[in-house]
Amino acid sequence: MEGIQSPAGSTFWFIPGHTLFLLMHLLGTALFAYIVARRLSPLIRAQSDARFNRPLARLQKVLKFWLGQWKHPRYPSAGTIHILVFAGFILLATRAFTVLVSGVVDGFVFPGLSGELGRVYAIVTDYAGTVVFLCMLIAIVRRLLFKPARYAVPEKYGRAHTADATFLLALIALLMLVDSLYEASESAYRMLQGQPSGVTAVLSMTWLLKAWFLTFSLGILQQIHLASYFVHEVTFFFLLCYRPFGIQFHVETSLFSVYFAKLDRGTVKPVRWGVPDDHLDQVKSFGVKKFEDFTWKHILDFYSCAECGRCSDNCPANAAGRPLSPRFLTTKARDYSFGHYPVFGPKNEGTPLVGSIFSEDQIWSCTTCGACEEECPLLVEYIDKIVDLRRGLVDDGNVPQSLQKPLKSLESRGNPYGKMEKKRADWTKGKEFQTACPVKVLDGTNDADALYFVDSVTSYDERMQSIAQSTARVLRASGMDFGILGAAEKDSGHDVRRFGEEMLFASLRDHNVDAIKASGVRNIVTSDPHAYNALKNDYRNVPRVEHTSQVIARSVRSGAIKLDGGENGKSVYTYHDPCYLGRHNQIYDDPREILDAIPKLKRVEMKHSRDRSFCCGGGGLMLFYEPQEDERIGVKRVRMAAEAGANVIVTSCPFCLTNIEDAIKVGGFEGKITVVDLVELVDQHLVREKPVAERDQVAASV
Amino acid sequence: MPRIFAYILHKDGVPDDSFGELLSAAKKIDPAATPTAIVVGQDVEPLCAALRTSFFEVWKISNTEVAYPNAELIRQALVTVLPANSILLLPHDHFGIDLAPGLSIKMNAACLSDILAIEDVKGTILAAVRQEFGGQVSTHVQCDISSGAVITIRPGAFKALPNISVNGSVVDKSSEIGTLTARRRYIETIVSESGDVDITKHDILVSVGRGIQEKDNLGIAQELADELGAAVSCSRPVVDAKWLEKSRQVGSSGKTVKPKVYLACGISGAFQHLAGVKGNPFIIAINKNPKAPIFQVADVGIVDDILEFLPELTSKIREMHSVSVK
Amino acid sequence: MEILVCVKRVPDTSENEIAINSAGNDIERDDLVYSINEWDNYAVEEALQIAAKSGGNVTVVTVGTDEDEEVLRREMAMGATHGVLISDEMFTGSDAKGIATILKGFVKKGNYDLILTGVQAEDGGAQVGGMLAAMLDYPFASLVNSIELLDGRKLKVSREIEGGNKEVSEIDLPCVLSIQTGINEPRYVGMRGIRQVASVPIPTPTAKELGIDPATVGANGSKVKRIGYFVPTVGEAAEMLSGSREENVDKVIELVAAKGGLK
Repeated sequence: MEGIQSPAGSTFWFIPGHTLFLLMHLLGTALFAYIVARRLSPLIRAQSDARFNRPLARLQKVLKFWLGQWKHPRYPSAGTIHILVFAGFILLATRAFTVLVSGVVDGFVFPGLSGELGRVYAIVTDYAGTVVFLCMLIAIVRRLLFKPARYAVPEKYGRAHTADATFLLALIALLMLVDSLYEASESAYRMLQGQPSGVTAVLSMTWLLKAWFLTFSLGILQQIHLASYFVHEVTFFFLLCYRPFGIQFHVETSLFSVYFAKLDRGTVKPVRWGVPDDHLDQVKSFGVKKFEDFTWKHILDFYSCAECGRCSDNCPANAAGRPLSPRFLTTKARDYSFGHYPVFGPKNEGTPLVGSIFSEDQIWSCTTCGACEEECPLLVEYIDKIVDLRRGLVDDGNVPQSLQKPLKSLESRGNPYGKMEKKRADWTKGKEFQTACPVKVLDGTNDADALYFVDSVTSYDERMQSIAQSTARVLRASGMDFGILGAAEKDSGHDVRRFGEEMLFASLRDHNVDAIKASGVRNIVTSDPHAYNALKNDYRNVPRVEHTSQVIARSVRSGAIKLDGGENGKSVYTYHDPCYLGRHNQIYDDPREILDAIPKLKRVEMKHSRDRSFCCGGGGLMLFYEPQEDERIGVKRVRMAAEAGANVIVTSCPFCLTNIEDAIKVGGFEGKITVVDLVELVDQHLVREKPVAERDQVAASV
Repeated sequence: MPRIFAYILHKDGVPDDSFGELLSAAKKIDPAATPTAIVVGQDVEPLCAALRTSFFEVWKISNTEVAYPNAELIRQALVTVLPANSILLLPHDHFGIDLAPGLSIKMNAACLSDILAIEDVKGTILAAVRQEFGGQVSTHVQCDISSGAVITIRPGAFKALPNISVNGSVVDKSSEIGTLTARRRYIETIVSESGDVDITKHDILVSVGRGIQEKDNLGIAQELADELGAAVSCSRPVVDAKWLEKSRQVGSSGKTVKPKVYLACGISGAFQHLAGVKGNPFIIAINKNPKAPIFQVADVGIVDDILEFLPELTSKIREMHSVSVK
Repeated sequence: MEILVCVKRVPDTSENEIAINSAGNDIERDDLVYSINEWDNYAVEEALQIAAKSGGNVTVVTVGTDEDEEVLRREMAMGATHGVLISDEMFTGSDAKGIATILKGFVKKGNYDLILTGVQAEDGGAQVGGMLAAMLDYPFASLVNSIELLDGRKLKVSREIEGGNKEVSEIDLPCVLSIQTGINEPRYVGMRGIRQVASVPIPTPTAKELGIDPATVGANGSKVKRIGYFVPTVGEAAEMLSGSREENVDKVIELVAAKGGLK
């Protein structure tokens, strides 16, 4: 009896199968290679990027975020589907290869899979194919019926691509289906002939089809076998060559995006990789003005975006109705790339981005909170791109009027308010405060172990000066020998840099580094997370820097600081993670530990806490920017605290305090919710070796 | 003493309030002065006649070409008719700024602008007070008036003299002005969009901040403003909350205002806000928080809840008005 | 179109209270920082925007000393083609007319179609532009808040007049315009921009080179002299009214009436 005819051994329209499929393979692969080469052409024209270093750290990223799908469970339903599909694809890779080759080489078996291992693998692939097929059906139903909000495309960002997404999902489902048909038809054929038919996994799609096929005639099964192979072949290469035209391209690019991902949190990319600071004057144009000004990795990011919408779903600017959505920043750039570097036809480079695909308001709306980057399963970067786009705007003089004055004041006075340098230490000079807690100014006549770097807002803003005073009292209580720079301190420049004014940042940084070195301190402590991030991640060659919450947590642990009760039990506290302490520097536990060290303090967590903390609205120069928005970001945040059942928000950043205080007033939460800085709260609860009366007086003044 | 002239601005046949202030300034220069009014325009006869009760002499320059007060043409006319070494007073407004400097050059006279006070005149030296740096400092200046002077007076700085009830005469100088040639030709006046209030043009502002708490409370401020003939302005948070339009915002990111009286109601007094309050107005601050920075810059401070204080203030003023009407 | 913009460097006093020195003859300048007069910055931006449409160069000029060079550099970083520092010891103490005389000397050496100034300087009296125009016998418009290029060497300008209204006129070139703030949104100049023009030479013509009669400038040529400074009465802090609400209401009414608020 004759066995089933293989595709390789059959004839299709008078062409021998192995010849036809060889041609299809060669043609499909060549076309794919051509398309990819065209897609890579803007990367070659792009700016350089230092991503070939530290291979071990990069491999670790690949294992955790690519192979380990680390971020996916943050969105349980979509995440589970993706993990299953991803695992299915990985498992099916060998199977797919085998099927493809068998079209050319009859009876091809992947080396090592001829024996028992092959039987196990066959069962695994049966299930994998079934799972992927079902996941595709679920995904289609989700998209068409449940329509998760984050997939929606607001009119201003273009058309929804539900059709395209559904089409691609359907194609993958089809691929799984025809693979099963191909296998099941052969297996049923052999079984009907009484030949060994191989193993089929129980209840898999192949198993079900096979059971059904046993009722078919041999002729029909032969037809199904060959037809399904042909369709498989066409679908496979169609998908391969179609993916680089849309969101499915991430199947190819994600591995590279993750391998080349940014390794250092809290940092900002240099103006040009490989150009040292003192050569910056020779750089003709700063930042990103045209598409080719992006680095190749940033363009790769555009290709890798799968439009899952998680970035924008977590973006505070987007939530408040500001004209910024990280997802559409990427998709607009990708569309630009596809449009200006077409696969077929001449390229068209060099048009300015802001004013065409991006708007100025969009670029200035970002608070650099990092929520988008924290959420992205593929580690797509946003802050560096925003900063680079801002650098481009600054270089062309396109800075919003509301930001020009503070920037100019930072240049002339070292603070955004234009206040005199000599008033920087005025917060230490209140008579009562000075007597109770004298603060040394490290101007050459004094020295100290540690420097308290106050930064501008805490030095000059009357409300925030209370943070400075509390910090001084608490540091003093902890036994730290510290001083301040006073008039010699300038703004850390943290947000100057993030607003794209690199040269001004560099001048502020250089001034501060010199002043810090001259002071001779061995440690730095700051109560401002922005200053902390600048000193830690932007500055070089300065002593070790800690945030006050780290110092206090250590002092509480060692017993150097004791906190008393005084809680009436009516206050329910919640801790708001400042972006530059939490997400950018991973300090989540110290502040909570301090709160929990206050006896009887009741604390609840907001839904959006720790690495999913929701920005207060943005610090630094963002205080001066006037964004277009429907509602203040801070008001949303205060509402979240209310929803968590808290009536006191504790934060540890002067900008968070400013924004949340404003939001409480604007949002109508006065009398219902208050906000306090962690160090102020510690100051109020400090067990002092002083008479109680005096302590109360101090606490009352906070 | 040189002869003193006062340039009378007018609109729709009515003289600008400034004329009384010019008279007052003239008296400061020379208590014995009998300043001459200059009226330029078309169909200004009734106006000239009306001014006879305030000036001993009114010079009329009636000409169709100066129907609109085009400073270039008026300068040509004045250079021709004004006697040598005379002093011309005019208000320091958009017309004075346009006319005075060029006129002083053409008359070869001194030019002194935007003065707040005249201290004395000794010989040919006139001592006056000006302001610099947005009113942060005042200066004593001396001006040599030996070859005449064109002096602009800050509106509101001099207390207008009451009608002195003289019976002056009108002198028609229209035929003496010669030919006027315009290289700047007036086309039209575009009136600013109505329906909104221009807070920069009000002498009294009832300015509200966060203390107003919610949009519905704005009526409290508006009622007070209505009674005072004032406008309601605000600080940034009120605009942020979309309770008032951006055009009502005072501050570095809003409008710069120069009122006489500024009622800061529930405004904390952030520097960004105060940067928009210029011209050294009299600031009355009402705020619940005794530590609000506004109390550092205000002239008078009251620690109270504006939601309770303002309605009482309004009803008290309303009461007074109804009494005075009776 | 060749455009000249006359600028001035002034102390930036917006955020800090100004003190008078002990002699009372000047403000305390030790802790002050200087910047370009705000109005002048708008004038330069406007000039740049006009030049971008019409072609031609923008020259910024100031009368002063070496210290004033920084504002020229800043405006050149904005895009001005040339910067000129007219400098001579004999200029010290010039009044507005003296400055206008010096500028006229400079204008006569060049060929400018349009001359812009700011409406006024922080420490000035809104005079120089109008005087310069009269000396050159050019038409003049003050408080200009929009400029439109017309055919045939003419501009359509609007002036800011009372009530936020705009007075629209047509003006022949060459002319002098004094520019009001808000006419445009001046571009930002960062440190990088200034560094890029750091080595561009800035000519410093003197009185002699410009043919200026020494008798017409400097302190001796001035008819208006600043004799001294004083701080206008600004209370240390508010006088806090501590009476009952009713008393406070009465007091506020009294005060508002005294300030001319209640008629």
